[in-house]
Amino acid sequence: MTTPLDHIRNFSIVAHIDHGKSTLADRLIQLTGGLQEREMKEQVLDSMDIERERGITIKAQTVHLTYVADNGETYQLNLIDTPGHVDFAYEVNRSLAACEGSLLVVDASQGVEAQTLANVYQAIENNHEIVPVLNKIDLPAAEPERIKAQIEEVIGIDASEAVPISAKTGLGIKDVLEAIVHRLPPPKGDIDGPLKAMLVDSWYDTYLGVVVLVRIIDGVLKKGQSVRMMGTNARYDVERIGIFTPKMIDTTELGPGEIGFITASIKEVADTRVGDTITDEKRPTAKALEGFRPAQPVVFCGLFPVDAADFEDLRAAMGKLRLNDASFSFEMETSAALGFGFRCGFLGLLHLEIIQERLEREFNLDLIATAPSVVYQIVMNDGSEIDLHNPADMPDVVKIAEIREPWIRATILTPDEYLGSILKLCQDRRGIQVDLSYIGSRAMVQYDLPLNEVVFDFYDRLKSVSKGYASFDYAITDYREGDLVKMSVLVNAEPVDALSMLVHRSQADRRGRAMCEKLKELIPQHLFKIPIQAAIGAKVIARETISALRKDVTAKCYGGDATRKRKLLDKQKEGKKRMRQFGRVEIPQEAFIAALKMDD
Amino acid sequence: MTEAARLPETGTAFGIYLHWPFCAAKCPYCDFNSHVRHQPVDQARYARAFVRELEHFAARTPGREVSSIFLGGGTPSLMEPETVGTLLDTVARLWTVSPDAEITLEANPTSVEADRFRGYRAAGVNRVSLGVQSLHDHDLKRLGRLHDAATARRAIGLAREIFPRLSFDLIYTRPDQTLAGWATELEEAIGMAADHLSLYQLTIEEGTPFHALHAAGKLVVPDEDLAADFYSLTQEITAKHGLPAYEISNHAAPGAESRHNMTYWRYNDYVGSGPGAHGRITERKVKHATIAERNPEAWLAAVEADGHGTIADDVLGRDEVADEMLLMGLRLREGISVSRYHALSGRSFDPDRFEYLVRDGLVERVGNDRVRVTSAGWLVLNAVIAELAT
Repeated sequence: MTTPLDHIRNFSIVAHIDHGKSTLADRLIQLTGGLQEREMKEQVLDSMDIERERGITIKAQTVHLTYVADNGETYQLNLIDTPGHVDFAYEVNRSLAACEGSLLVVDASQGVEAQTLANVYQAIENNHEIVPVLNKIDLPAAEPERIKAQIEEVIGIDASEAVPISAKTGLGIKDVLEAIVHRLPPPKGDIDGPLKAMLVDSWYDTYLGVVVLVRIIDGVLKKGQSVRMMGTNARYDVERIGIFTPKMIDTTELGPGEIGFITASIKEVADTRVGDTITDEKRPTAKALEGFRPAQPVVFCGLFPVDAADFEDLRAAMGKLRLNDASFSFEMETSAALGFGFRCGFLGLLHLEIIQERLEREFNLDLIATAPSVVYQIVMNDGSEIDLHNPADMPDVVKIAEIREPWIRATILTPDEYLGSILKLCQDRRGIQVDLSYIGSRAMVQYDLPLNEVVFDFYDRLKSVSKGYASFDYAITDYREGDLVKMSVLVNAEPVDALSMLVHRSQADRRGRAMCEKLKELIPQHLFKIPIQAAIGAKVIARETISALRKDVTAKCYGGDATRKRKLLDKQKEGKKRMRQFGRVEIPQEAFIAALKMDD
Repeated sequence: MTEAARLPETGTAFGIYLHWPFCAAKCPYCDFNSHVRHQPVDQARYARAFVRELEHFAARTPGREVSSIFLGGGTPSLMEPETVGTLLDTVARLWTVSPDAEITLEANPTSVEADRFRGYRAAGVNRVSLGVQSLHDHDLKRLGRLHDAATARRAIGLAREIFPRLSFDLIYTRPDQTLAGWATELEEAIGMAADHLSLYQLTIEEGTPFHALHAAGKLVVPDEDLAADFYSLTQEITAKHGLPAYEISNHAAPGAESRHNMTYWRYNDYVGSGPGAHGRITERKVKHATIAERNPEAWLAAVEADGHGTIADDVLGRDEVADEMLLMGLRLREGISVSRYHALSGRSFDPDRFEYLVRDGLVERVGNDRVRVTSAGWLVLNAVIAELAT
């Protein structure tokens, strides 16, 4: 039996990191009895360790709540918990498309942040009804009236009936549930029409294989049904069908407006595309859903095993991760400095960090990551075009007609006092100011910036100049021609390919200097002096010298010291193993990562 | 050098180290195994324990001839001459002692201890090593020493009369020390010295009061560059006076090297007895590393129960032997024998790394078979060894 449409509400929660989205979700589950008290742990929906630790959601999750409202009716409430980060903007968009309304959760003392803004605009684009929720109302710093005014001013929605809550203490949770029932619209759909369902997300489960999260638009999806994915044109038989409460509960069918999961002997997540339309094999829908597009990696970097012997393990681990994350790509790469590894593509920097962390944590690998690089479009003199993912592969400059780089539109929200430093930061990074407006004492500034200038340390710098108060969001806009040059780094006169990068000519000197200074800090003194140079072609643009080690000797060493000294030597040898030999110079692996996090 | 070369190098040298773990006070820079006891130490009981542990080690080293005995600490000059006599007689009873064996006792140059010098001599001690550390009262106080400079000078004079051989220690790169001040002090020390001096740069060891002071910025010692200059100056002055370094911190007229310490550096065997003592003994062609219980009372109890206080007895693998040989041998001006290194360890030097070190003037070949670290290389010995020990 499917639930009638007017007794279903599908909603998502839009919130800035730390504003209490996961805690609110936990409370909703608890109050509607989805989980017993003893089954509750914090952030129930964030199932990966990384999600729970970082307080972020990577994969969309859904939970089916059964709520008996004050009017005595029983409603099916489906919450889709979406990833909150710009790297996963497309996934967010699809999750929002599966709902009719959103709870906009805003911290009652902190107010609206850039990330909230981007997501709430997406929700509005998806025609969502928005219910503002003011969280942390119990804190002394809460200023509900000011924040309501801010929501109205910035987002342009009515906040007069914003629901005041404290997700932490449980205050106002019942009011949220009532607001969902009475203020959000029910889904529309035709139960008798041909099956049309949206693939909202998918993930790999060790026991079940690929699990697909679906939202039914029209028709009914049943166990055993033969279905077709319209984007990939693949046919599957539905094996299991059900809902999450958040426990996986098997059912026999899902009707219009409902959200649930299916399994269908799908081997890899790569076989499922977020946003794809699922329809009946025999009686297909005439028209697929709009807005489907494949994931496109925008940031690339090399990942190499610290211990060359781990290469095959790394390959296997990447294969396993890709089962669960089709937006992550990798292909083999060889570096003179780092040996065998992989060139990997990511949706953004957070995605990169997450993958790296998961490889290290879940597969117990020690990795070296090279400088993240964007994808450059290189137009050759003969008119052909190349997508350049790796600065090391840059063709001979004399054959290049033009280099284009990706640009983003960045939105930054900041307390007024940090605006000056932030504008300077954006200017320094070749930014072009698009808009500057004020919301109370907070400034909202929009900049067009080359992605290349953002992937290094822009976010870190932004946090540092604003003492953590500025929030930042971006979307890729277009490719523009740029005066870009390849900067190589030479250590003791040997080029270190893993450190080469494309930089804008105007930034080359600064980048070169910063890189040399940083390497000087990171490479330990050797028995000889080591010149470090940054160069464009044959021209050296920056230089530092690491002086030779002056003194490193133990004054006393007698019979009782041999054991201790030998153990120290063992440690020294271990340390050497974690370095990369470059000619006569040993470069610590941290240098490859830290050299990229440069201070201005 | 010619004299030193007469010392037995392979196999024959065999030393006995005896550790007396007690001190009248703990010096703030010292990380040795030393303990201060406010109750009188029952020396007779400890002597009996030493006797038992020596019997244990004698059984493990049959047929060896003892070429040196060293009483270290702690402060062995807190031992009654009678106690020292018991220990030395025991060694003589358990092993053959070479007629020209070097028998050293470490002593503090306080007047109380100097009063016992004749007793030590009568017990068989033929060399003393005095912990003078400085010839300036202010510095001695700062180093936590219980003697003053005048007392130290008297102790040196007395020791020279009583013992055939004498050495004393100085510590330099002290807080606020200047190069000029050290030059004067060192010249004066050489004037009083016999034919051996140990000159140590002050090392801030973890877990010592100096380490805490240093970390808190309350103790400023010369930085590495200045310390390197101090070292070079020391080499210059001692060489001028005929006391060149035969080891990184040890200076002697040719032939006056410490035979016992040479045993360590040449990687020959030695028994270590007493709380916290380490030994290296070859049994059935394999090198054993022995370590004794550090706590004096626990060591005593262990020996009384089991006949020895050994808490670790590890067989050293070839790589470990190789590493130790380099760590010890490259401290010597004479360097190491490449063929012996190869024979004991199975390892050879990486030719590229070796040649680079030679080209940089840190390592040099001597004759067909020897390799040594140059004076320049000594200053960075830890890094040089890390290059060679692969």
